[in-house]
Amino acid sequence: MRHIISILVENEAGALSRISNMFSARGYNIESLTVAPTEDASMSRMTIVTAGSEDVIEQITKQLNKLVEVVKVVDLSEAEHIERELMLIKVRAGAKEREDMKRMADIFRGRIIDVSDNTYTIELTGNGSKLDAFIHALDQGAIIETVRTGASGIGRGNRVLRV
Amino acid sequence: MDRVKGLELTGAEIVVRCLQEEGVEYVFGYPGGAVLFIYDELFKQDKVRHVLVRHEQGAAHAADGYSRSSHKVGVCLVTSGPGVTNAVTGIATAYMDSIPMVILSGQVPTHAIGQDAFQECDAVGITRPCVKHNFLVKDVKDLATTIKKAFYLATTGRPGPVLVDIPKDITAQPCEFVYPETVSMRSYNPVKKGHAGQLKKAVQLLAEAQRPMVYTGGGVILSNAAAQLTELVKLTGFPCTNTLMGLGGYPGTDRQFLGMLGMHGTYEANMAMQHCDVLLAIGARFDDRVIGNPAHFAQNPRKIIHVDIDPSSISKRVKVDVPIVGNIPDVLEDLLKQLGGTKVQDIAPWWKQIEQWRTKDCLKYDRASKIIKPQYVLEKLYEVTNGEAFVTSDVGQHQMWAAQFYKFAKPRRWINSGGLGTMGFGLPAAMGVRLANPGATVACVTGESSIQMCLQELSTCKQYRLPIKIVNLNNRYMGMVRQWQQFFHGNRYSESYMDALPDFVKLAEGYGHRGVLIDKPADVEPALREAFARKDELVFMDFITDQAENVYPMVPGGKGITEMILSEEL
Repeated sequence: MRHIISILVENEAGALSRISNMFSARGYNIESLTVAPTEDASMSRMTIVTAGSEDVIEQITKQLNKLVEVVKVVDLSEAEHIERELMLIKVRAGAKEREDMKRMADIFRGRIIDVSDNTYTIELTGNGSKLDAFIHALDQGAIIETVRTGASGIGRGNRVLRV
Repeated sequence: MDRVKGLELTGAEIVVRCLQEEGVEYVFGYPGGAVLFIYDELFKQDKVRHVLVRHEQGAAHAADGYSRSSHKVGVCLVTSGPGVTNAVTGIATAYMDSIPMVILSGQVPTHAIGQDAFQECDAVGITRPCVKHNFLVKDVKDLATTIKKAFYLATTGRPGPVLVDIPKDITAQPCEFVYPETVSMRSYNPVKKGHAGQLKKAVQLLAEAQRPMVYTGGGVILSNAAAQLTELVKLTGFPCTNTLMGLGGYPGTDRQFLGMLGMHGTYEANMAMQHCDVLLAIGARFDDRVIGNPAHFAQNPRKIIHVDIDPSSISKRVKVDVPIVGNIPDVLEDLLKQLGGTKVQDIAPWWKQIEQWRTKDCLKYDRASKIIKPQYVLEKLYEVTNGEAFVTSDVGQHQMWAAQFYKFAKPRRWINSGGLGTMGFGLPAAMGVRLANPGATVACVTGESSIQMCLQELSTCKQYRLPIKIVNLNNRYMGMVRQWQQFFHGNRYSESYMDALPDFVKLAEGYGHRGVLIDKPADVEPALREAFARKDELVFMDFITDQAENVYPMVPGGKGITEMILSEEL
């Protein structure tokens, strides 16, 4: 099962590698990992998408909590939450494809953020499967380059992760 | 954080002052370029004594043995680059067995970090997976607090080694010295008390148990809970087994003790472990050498209560019914209080079954042998030392025989590398044990292969007059490797024969010690008596033992704990 784990961690050198090290040393899988500082500069928030049985996920959260620099851990996928990922995708958009490509971006609520004679760069936000769907909807030969941030997530309503 | 008015000191002075403030008696180390300022300050004082080892691995093991036998923090000091990489095996050994240690490593100057400088290595990166935590000090203002944190982290919660990497320029810079009296970290808050609701559930299960079993590990030793454990086992009348790391947690001579369990555990301990209906696990982690195949273990239904300081040890390999996270002595005190007024079941039928298993006499060996049997040496070691010695060991067959035949009555007497299984651990660990326990009898049980891995420390023993008694069970083989090759690799003894062995007697003499060769069973006891009578001398006893002897019982890797290979003697 896919899980999204949110982590508050001390914003210190090496904290990221402590966490990623733990995943690789114990054979846990990381589908994606994002990290950036929070409104409190002393702390970073990390979102890790991983997969595993309930037992494995329980161990992952315990092992994360055991790391000295980890302040808090929550498995977002345990309850209602929102998940978003950003993708920048550069596609072929010569005279022939230009109109179609624009329409496709509109259908997926993407924004064209850069234009050249024969390319568009489209910005697309959504959950992972929406971004996948967009990629699959395109003519594969039209894709020049893609970059995805990996998922970020937040709990719905009053569900918060803070110190 | 309490602050007192500080003085201006250099980083190196601060390091030494911090060690003094922590009450550190001994630092095990080896000097080098990056730590010269620190060594200069050590030279100028006499509160903290330095023990010069012959290899940094020895420093880490000695600090480890010091800690295991005394419940104090083991401290070592090594230089950058090879100094710290040499110590890594010792650090990993301590990490696997949760030993509180602080390792201070020198680092190249801050401006040279990342430039592939002479004797530079990423100490924090290299040690990250084998420490509880580590720090690189980038500002002399953080030095004292960081060292304070290192001691705090090493000793609280589940203990473990903590490394502080200190660049050389930091040790030369001046800074006001204030040693914080306390330290707190928002991200680190180990629990103490067990959850009341869980304790209640545990008491109820224990009261209802028809076939109870108490299984305890290194956590009982590390948290100093042997007295509470003994009281609990006595109060309930339940059978008790210890893991390799837990020996001495419950008196090895007591009738309620079933011996060690696991891969080389006793028949009765493994059978009782498999067939109990309520299992009280304390400070143990159900590892592969203890419960064998978890699927086989799960075939017999039983309720498991698991007491541990580390939540991640609970339900890691085996699903637990009642997890109790807390400091073991606190939890046991609570259990004792509640069990005091609770009546437990009559478990006479269970004991009858256990006694029947016990009649198997699974540790039996050939006592009429003309060749020295290693088990015989250990039985005699036990007798000659009245069961009161501190016994360190290396890794292999001799380690298992020592665990089976030396009946530890007290905690912190049995010092071995259980988790990592580090050959070369025994001799340097024995040095730390002896320094932590002046005047105590210290035996190092080893084999001709293990002893050669940290042999250079014989020189340290001479310098500091450490009269360790080395019991070398010399079967000219890496015995445990040979045993596995015999059982599982068609008797093909690939590279397990130890050829071109040194003359250990001359070797010991070369280092200024006494060496004795013993090759007849009749000479075993007199040789031991004579060696242990020499209170001030290191004696290296080279026992020429049976090459073909195996450790029994044995649970082959991946099998269930009741699928034991038993001795042909049975």
